[in-house]
Amino acid sequence: MTKLTIDGREIEVEAGMTIIQACEILGVEIPRFCFHERLAIAGNCRMCLVEVEKTPKPVASCAQPVADGMVVKTNSPMVRKARHGVMEFLLINHPLDCPICDQGGECDLQDEAMGYGMDRSRYRELKRAVKDKDFGPLVKPTMTRCIHCTRCVRFLADVAGAPDLGSIGRNENMEIDTFVAKAIGSELSGNIIDLCPVGALTSKPYAFTARSWELHSSESVDALDAVGSNIRVDARGNQVMRVLPRTNDDVNEEWLGDKSRFACDGLMRQRLDRPYLRRDGKLAPASWPETFAAIVDRVRQLGGARVAALAGDLADAEAMFALKELMAGIGSPHLDCRQDGAKLGGPRVSYLFNTTIAGIEQAGALLLIGTNPRWEAPVLNARIRKRWMRGGFPIGLVGADLDLSYRHQHLGDSASVLSAIADGSHPFAKVLKDAKHPMLILGQGALARPDGAQILGLARRVAESTGMVGDGWNGFNVLHTAAARVGGLDMGFLPGAGGRDTAGILAGCKSGEFGAVYLLGADEIDMAALGKAFVIYQGHHGDAGAHRADAILPGAAYTEKDAAYVNTEGRAQQTRLAVFPPGEAREDWKIIRALSEAMGRALPYDTLPELRARLAKSAPSFAAPDRVVPAAWAPFGADGPVGSEPLRSPIANYYMTDPICRASPTMAQCTATFLGGARRTGTHG
Amino acid sequence: MLTDKDRIFTNLYGLHDWRLAGARARGDWDGTKELLAKGRDAIIEEVKNSGLRGRGGAGFPTGLKWSFMPKQPGPRPHYLVVNADEGEPGTCKDRDMLRWDPHKLVEGCLIAGFAIGANSGYIYIRGELVREAEHLQTAIDEARAAGLIGKNACGSGWDFELYVHRGAGAYICGEESALLQSLEGQKGQPRLKPPFPAGVGLYGCPTTVNNVESIAVAPTILRRGAAWFAGIGRPKNTGTKVFCISGHVERPCNVEDEMGIPLRELVEKHAGGVRGGWDNLLAVIPGGSSVPVLPKSICDTVLMDFDSLREVRSGLGTAAVIVMDKSTDIVASIARLSRFYMHESCGQCTPCREGTGWLWRMMRRMVDGHAELAEIDMLEDVTREIEGHTICAHGDAAAWPIQGLIRHFRPELERRIREAAARAA
Repeated sequence: MTKLTIDGREIEVEAGMTIIQACEILGVEIPRFCFHERLAIAGNCRMCLVEVEKTPKPVASCAQPVADGMVVKTNSPMVRKARHGVMEFLLINHPLDCPICDQGGECDLQDEAMGYGMDRSRYRELKRAVKDKDFGPLVKPTMTRCIHCTRCVRFLADVAGAPDLGSIGRNENMEIDTFVAKAIGSELSGNIIDLCPVGALTSKPYAFTARSWELHSSESVDALDAVGSNIRVDARGNQVMRVLPRTNDDVNEEWLGDKSRFACDGLMRQRLDRPYLRRDGKLAPASWPETFAAIVDRVRQLGGARVAALAGDLADAEAMFALKELMAGIGSPHLDCRQDGAKLGGPRVSYLFNTTIAGIEQAGALLLIGTNPRWEAPVLNARIRKRWMRGGFPIGLVGADLDLSYRHQHLGDSASVLSAIADGSHPFAKVLKDAKHPMLILGQGALARPDGAQILGLARRVAESTGMVGDGWNGFNVLHTAAARVGGLDMGFLPGAGGRDTAGILAGCKSGEFGAVYLLGADEIDMAALGKAFVIYQGHHGDAGAHRADAILPGAAYTEKDAAYVNTEGRAQQTRLAVFPPGEAREDWKIIRALSEAMGRALPYDTLPELRARLAKSAPSFAAPDRVVPAAWAPFGADGPVGSEPLRSPIANYYMTDPICRASPTMAQCTATFLGGARRTGTHG
Repeated sequence: MLTDKDRIFTNLYGLHDWRLAGARARGDWDGTKELLAKGRDAIIEEVKNSGLRGRGGAGFPTGLKWSFMPKQPGPRPHYLVVNADEGEPGTCKDRDMLRWDPHKLVEGCLIAGFAIGANSGYIYIRGELVREAEHLQTAIDEARAAGLIGKNACGSGWDFELYVHRGAGAYICGEESALLQSLEGQKGQPRLKPPFPAGVGLYGCPTTVNNVESIAVAPTILRRGAAWFAGIGRPKNTGTKVFCISGHVERPCNVEDEMGIPLRELVEKHAGGVRGGWDNLLAVIPGGSSVPVLPKSICDTVLMDFDSLREVRSGLGTAAVIVMDKSTDIVASIARLSRFYMHESCGQCTPCREGTGWLWRMMRRMVDGHAELAEIDMLEDVTREIEGHTICAHGDAAAWPIQGLIRHFRPELERRIREAAARAA
């Protein structure tokens, strides 16, 4: 511990802290532009200068470690003079175009200029201007506004592992640029918009659409991957304008993947805003009572046992729970939440990310199996990279070899490698054994295949044989790609006694065994396999399921309801209603509750708290929101031979994984830019 | 005045053989093994006692700098880095040492490397010094072939390898931490201090960065003893120094003389005096372009050493004496320096990046008087906003020449502004 005095107040802080951190503990605010807690220290903006007794010059508090007996003054004439000077320098070449700048109203430079700026400029010369650049479809650069803090450069180089930006040139002509003109190739690129303290990097899709003070914010949770990133949904009127990350050190720190951030423009398109019924082969608008009546009719005719239900990737826990109880009410055991057919569903420990995301930082070695975390969970991938940057973290990959933004050893693409690791004959087995806290991450690509249960069993044997489990450490992890999945598994949205799973339901529909199937936002199945079954689709986007549907019940997207999602760690978190569902669409659990009444089997709850109280009894995660409830180790998986087909990630396109993304123009542009191979020519656009 | 027997650089003018045989004839590499046999601490103590202050401009005691290196080498190797990126306008002393006395530097590197526990040294030489780099490389090759460096250098049991790295022409890479960045292959931008190079330097390892002259004089100091070196010059400003005299003098030259020699004596004895006589003198920049200019009244009496020049609010810097007679447009001269400092600012930190351009634009107007009288004070104020607020000393170097100009030549600035206003009216 180190004792120092700041503005006449004594404080004791950990040795190695910087002055700015010590000041923060005391609540003394130090203005800063380049300093950011989660990035390397640059010390280049010079805004955080403070006076330290016995040093002739003011020192940069962001970079100066505390020392015993140090006497710091943060508000002396020397400090004020220095900060006024720096602010003046930052403003002389700044365009001062705040009225047309998207950062206006939430700009660090604006805010600090209120404290340290002058009321008029002494600068009589011409201002610098920087030629327009193109950083791709997400980030809009206006580099004339840049104050060269290099936060974006440091973020991309250190956190994202895609060093696409750098500073070129020197003196006042220094520019932040991609060295060769290109789009920023990172799934985390949107974070540099948040990091930019000025309006040099703003959101391209959001450009000129709203001012920050017109927006109302809701604290919510992302549902476009299984990480459960904490987000803030900014809306104007009844329209989501943008999505920003919220700090949660256990989950996403303060980062957000580009899909989760930019797909929100898909929320306004292709929406199902009223019920539909298929009449004479065509979907026609219908009223709620008509639609319910048609469904009730069909189910009565068939009998409950000939009805099946599938839950999709965006379904919330409350709706799944209500549907599960409704299916039980009509006497159908045929329900499944694994529309990709992943062989999960055993003990809780077998399908969770047991190490937890923050726990990755304690790991000593990592084995990736059939996964591409960079696309399946970019924020989680950044955590892996964070651990890797510290060194001493060997990473092995079984599956398709990819650029994961950190160095790894490619061990092969066949599941047979796992047998060799499990029996210790593979050299990587020793790497894992020798490491303190080894871990593995099993992707859906390894589980959603016919031999998925065997691979799951193999992965368990790898975990057991390399010492991944025990001593308060559990290194066995499953990485999910669907926000709904763990919630569904936790509550048991799975085939009941004698029930069929997804493959069985699809086969049953084709053979005519099932006369009706209830799709709760399930769009990722082969619709042709549904045969002649009566398809009830409840969801929010006119995607594959709605096209095939015979009855459509318009539901709410994740920004339009209070609902729970359980992330890949088993952490139940709640979204908040930021805007209302469009038109006649309703929150999903209410639709099912209303339908149950129409069926004469009314579910025993009228309010969300009543439903949640019941849900909490079904699984431990729902009883303890926002926390991870650890699962005890238990045997799971199957023994037996595994196939030789190569393991690969289930995601072929990061920007197109669900109905919301597929409706999003921004995601379509990203696909064209990053995956389309669409070549731009000199005369393009 | 220094006598020939006390000169260290006896081949500064290239009159003799610069290669190994010639260097040996002049006493280099004589008994180096015995010097090393004194041990690390004794060498550092000797250099401390000699009072040698760094010759690169800042004047930090060399022995003290060496003593900052960890006493017991840890897992990380130690490095010696020699700063031969001589780019300060007006300065050309290292250049002649490298060209005509490279073995002094090579031997100095071995001794300094041994003293700080480094088995390898890098000489970062300014890219424009092509022939000098060739001579230096030849000298290193000769020394290696003769067993003077390399494995078991000079039979001392100490391994020492020396590498030459050529810079690419950025002035800022002469700043020690920017030099390390450049040497590592990164963009030449100064690093934050702390940590200092002695703790975290080249490739994150303990490193000592010294100027060519500081290293090159070390063998002679050890051979002739600290007392001899300390006996030359004035207290705290000891030893000999190579001065570079340029500008409006009869015979511009490099010359080695004792520290503390009067400026007037230096110019008149070695450079043939000011063009048109001492009374034709307007001003002198005594230590390379970054130190404040001195008017004739101060030049009449000032002594050329660190502390004397500091007392008159200038500095010895690299001891590059730039002499300007009365034909000089002093404002245009300083404006030219402002342009240089703007051009060479690395762009990393705010005051220097934004301020140097502002200074140059104002100075450009001052040359023709297209300004207001109040702007002189504003110009001074802007230099104060840069000075001391930057990561490295480049900001100070950009500010000081202008401060010197305003301090000593304010009437000239005012005259130009008034005349320009009168012309406009």
